[in-house]
Order: sequence, then structure tokens, then C-alpha cells
Amino acid sequence: MRAVIAEDSVLLRVGLIKVLEMGGFQVAAEAGDAEGLLAAVEEHRPELALIDVRMPPGFTDEGVRAAMEIRRRWPGTPVVLLSQYVEERYAADLLSANTSGVGYLLKQRIADVADFVAAVRRVADGGTALDPQVVAQLLLRRDSDPLARLTPREREVLGLMAEGRSNAGIAQALVVSESAVAKHINNIFAKLDLPVVDADHRRVLAVLRFLGASRA
Amino acid sequence: MTIPAGVRRSALRARRDTGFLAAGVPPHLALVPVWAWAATTTAETGNWLLTVSVSAALILLGTPVLTAVQRARYRALIGVDVPRLTPIAPEQRTWASTARWLAATRPWRKIGYHLLLGPLLALLELLVLVLAAAGLAGVSVYAWTWALPTGIRQDWFGYLTELPVYTAAGLLLLCALPWTARAVARAEARLALGLLGPSRAQRLQERVDQLAVSRTDLIEAVDAERRRIERDLHDGTQQRLVSLAVNLGLAIATRPDLPSDAREVIARAHLEAKEAIAELNDLVRGLHPAVLEDRGLDAALSGLAARTPLPVRLRVDLEERVAPKVESVAYFVISEALTNATKHANAMRAEVIVRQVGEVLRVRVTDDGLGGADAAAGTGLTGLAKRVGSLDGAFHVSSPVGGPTTITAELPCAR
Repeated sequence: MRAVIAEDSVLLRVGLIKVLEMGGFQVAAEAGDAEGLLAAVEEHRPELALIDVRMPPGFTDEGVRAAMEIRRRWPGTPVVLLSQYVEERYAADLLSANTSGVGYLLKQRIADVADFVAAVRRVADGGTALDPQVVAQLLLRRDSDPLARLTPREREVLGLMAEGRSNAGIAQALVVSESAVAKHINNIFAKLDLPVVDADHRRVLAVLRFLGASRA
Repeated sequence: MTIPAGVRRSALRARRDTGFLAAGVPPHLALVPVWAWAATTTAETGNWLLTVSVSAALILLGTPVLTAVQRARYRALIGVDVPRLTPIAPEQRTWASTARWLAATRPWRKIGYHLLLGPLLALLELLVLVLAAAGLAGVSVYAWTWALPTGIRQDWFGYLTELPVYTAAGLLLLCALPWTARAVARAEARLALGLLGPSRAQRLQERVDQLAVSRTDLIEAVDAERRRIERDLHDGTQQRLVSLAVNLGLAIATRPDLPSDAREVIARAHLEAKEAIAELNDLVRGLHPAVLEDRGLDAALSGLAARTPLPVRLRVDLEERVAPKVESVAYFVISEALTNATKHANAMRAEVIVRQVGEVLRVRVTDDGLGGADAAAGTGLTGLAKRVGSLDGAFHVSSPVGGPTTITAELPCAR
């Protein structure tokens, strides 16, 4: 699978390329800013774009805006945003149009190579990968009544679901059986009045919409 | 023979002050001919309209010149700086502002100084000069009677009886000169500062304005410095640490064949690198988060609250973004309050309320911890109070022993 990278720190770019190659990606192009990134995507039409949020010239949210531009001009291109800090507002922007093929992770997650590669693959396959810290911020912003009806374990499952994990992934993370996870999920959907859907990413969409991350 | 330092200093000071007083006589008498002429001409011709208008014109023209001369005299001869009146900026010159300026500065005080006080001061100055001359004449009386023809000198009986008295009186006068001259010079300086310079209220007003500007500059400089440090750490150390952790992660992932003790060492290094990243992130984010600048206070508080290890209830009610320096102080207050709640108060939960009421941003952080926090005890709270104070805000801590602790800050946020 072909990937394009936009990251202004050369040091980190080198490490990122090694990690991606280990995960079976080929890095077709690397850019140091948003302009270079858009040109590279135009040229290579990659199956994945990994984008640093803070890039020259303003060092604020250039990456977020570039990611939205990519999804507007080349719909369906999976993008993963990487950042030193995650912000729910940026996540909301990113998820506002479509939650499939979207990732937003802390840079330090790259260090856990296997998990990171799995998350990036999930996004490349049309799934979602949100950093637990983004999910925590989204949950915080929705501290209203329906969430109070959830048990602590159900809240945990909801958080993992919002990160974009499948039933199997959640079961593994919580060290429980998949059928127990499925039961929790049914309870959550019932308590939050969410429509019951079977496909993983549509379920994520429902959860994110509930949390207010995608207000489209 | 050496002159004692004290005597020498007094002599020099007396010379300086007397010179200063002597230099004051001409400008202080400058307007006397004007009113003398006006008085005599009016008496002779009875045409007071002419004399009044001509002398008024002369006085109005002469005042700025005389003021400049006096200002130069005070500065050059006794080192007293008589400040100028700050004029109104040309672009704000209106009838109303001119009237306000006149009322505040009362420039006619200057005319009073030159026209009425000047001659009196000149008299005082002349008196001091006469005393000085008399003193000099007295002490040197023997020297110049020596110059008289021998006959007169010998016939004059007073040579033995009167002249010692003159010498003693001269010495007395010269000894008193430093103090007399000093007293008159000081009195003149006081009058000049009061009548030629800005009034006390105006000087204080200008000082307050100056201090307000320099304080704002200082706060902005501190904020800019925090942003710069945040940027430097973000672009430098943080990227390097992440790269280090990534490389260690790669070593773990790609070399399962390494001996177990080596793998253990690498795994520990990997863990420590990740912990260092987390710690540095927390520290740097407390400085000045980029999202605060980019998306405002509400957005920045999500990350802050989510990173706090205890459950935080966040309620933000802002109609629009407030000034960056207000956002920055509000963020800092909440960040410190949550850190205190976690680290020192052993709180189980906290609540943050931010609300804009009119032109005041009200920030309240409550935790259910141990309480007993004292804003006067030189903790982080003192720093918070100072930062809030720098915006003319109000800061209040209520923390009875046993809790709960409530920290409130009210920040003026008029745009």
C-alpha cells in the first residue's frame, strides 16, 4: 500500500518511514508542509496520508486543514493526523464529513509499533482510529444525563468503540470474551437510544455522532 | 595648607547656588519694564485699551521664551528638571479637549510666575547677592585698606577697632551663605515645579498611564516568551524524544532474537522514553497550548480537563472569544487550580465553570479535596493572584480545612 507523509521534523520522518515499511506500506512521497503534501497526494493518489498537525508556516492547525482539503478533493483517501497533543475540536473538524478512513493519534503512539501499525491499517481499510485522549475529551464534553446511566465498564467499552476498535479489539483490550463485549454494546445502544447497526464503522459513526464529534 | 573636604564642598555649593540665583535676576525682571511702561503710559495718556492689549501681547509672547530660559537655568545650574506640559496630540485637538487640557494644566500659572512672582524672586536673589558681596568685602577689608595711602591709613583710628568687626561680620556672612543661597534656590525650585511644570494631579495621571502601558507590555512579553519556549520545546526536544521512543519501539518490534536481558533493557528504555514524553507534554501544555491561540479558551480546556487524572465537570459559556491575554490568564488559573486539586488536595472530582457576564469573564474552579489552601502562603496561588491582578482582575480563594476549595477569578474582558 502506498502512503504519503507530511511531517516537518526530519528526525521523526525517518522513524515514521521505518515503522510504515515494517507495517507493509511503501512511502511514495514525504513532505514538510501542507502545500508539499497536497502536491504529493495529487501526484501519487496514495492509499494513506499521514499528516502532522503543526506544520510551517503558522505551526497551528495546518495539518487539519490539509487533511480536510484532501478529503474534499480526493474523497475516500484515508488520512491519519499525528500530533503532540490531541484536541477534540480538531477531531470534530476532521470527522465532520465522514468518519470512515480517518485517524487522529498522538505522536507518541508511533512508539508502540505494533499497535500503531494496526491502527493505521484499520484507517487504510476504511475504519477509524481515534486516540484514547480524544475520546476522553469527547466523553468529557458529553457528561450529560444519558452517559450517567452507563456502568463504568460500559463507559470503558463506549470509549474503546469510539476509538474505532472492533468487538475483537475491545475484547482483547479488556480481557473478556467477545460475546461479553457484544452484550455490553447492546446495553449501551439501548441506554443511549442509538440505532442498532452491525457494521463496525457505522457503529463508530453512531457513537461519534452521539458524542458530538461529527456534527455534520 | 589643605582645605577640609566639608568646607570645600560647602564653598562649591555656595558658589553654584549663588551663580544660579544671579542668573535668575534678568529673566525674573524681564516683564517689569512691560508693566512699568503700561502703568506710566496709561497714567500719561489714559489710553488703557492700547496699553493693556500691547502688554498682554508682550506677556503672552514672552511667557514661552521665559519659561524655556528658566527651564534651562534650573536644569543646567542646579540639576532640577522642570517637566514640560504634555500638549494635546494634533489629531485629538477639539474645543472640548482643549478646554479639558486647559483645566488640567492651568497654563496661566506660568504667567503668574513670570509676571508677579518673578520680581519678588529677583529681590530675594539680589538680597543674597548683596549678602555675598558684603561678606566678601568684610573678610577682605584689611587687604583693600592696605591699598589706601599710608597717611590716611595711619590717621584712621578705626584701623584697629572697626576693621576687626567688619572682618568678623564678613566671615559670619560667608559662613551663612551656603545655607541662605541653598534655601532660596530650593524655594525657587519648588515654585518653578509647581507653577511652570504640570500639576501634581497631572503628573500622577501621566505616571499612571505610563505604568499601565508598561505593565501591559510586560504581560505581553511574558506571554510571548511562554509561546516561544513552547514552540522551541515542541520543535526540538519533544520531536527528539518521540523519535527516540520510536526507534526503541522499532528495536523491540524488529529484533525478537535478542537475548532476553537485552530485550528487557530496551523495553525499560522504551517505557521511560514514553513516560518522559508524557511528563514533558504535561509541562509544555501548561505553558501555552497552541490550540488556545488557534481555537480559544473553550477548545483548550477540553484537553486540560481530559488530561487531569480526576473527573472534571466542564461548563463553558462564552458568547465570543475574549482578548488573548485574558484567555491566557484564565487558562493558567484553571490549569494551576486543577493541578493543585490533583497534587495537593487529594480531590475526587472537580468542576470548572467559565462564564462571560457582560464585560467580565468569571472563572470558578471547585474541588472536593482537603482544603486548607492559603493564597498568602507563597504557593502557586500567589502567582495566580498576581497574574489575575495584572489584568486588574479579582482573585478569591475559599478553602476551609476539610474542603471544599473554590477558586474564583473575575477578569475584565472588554474588547
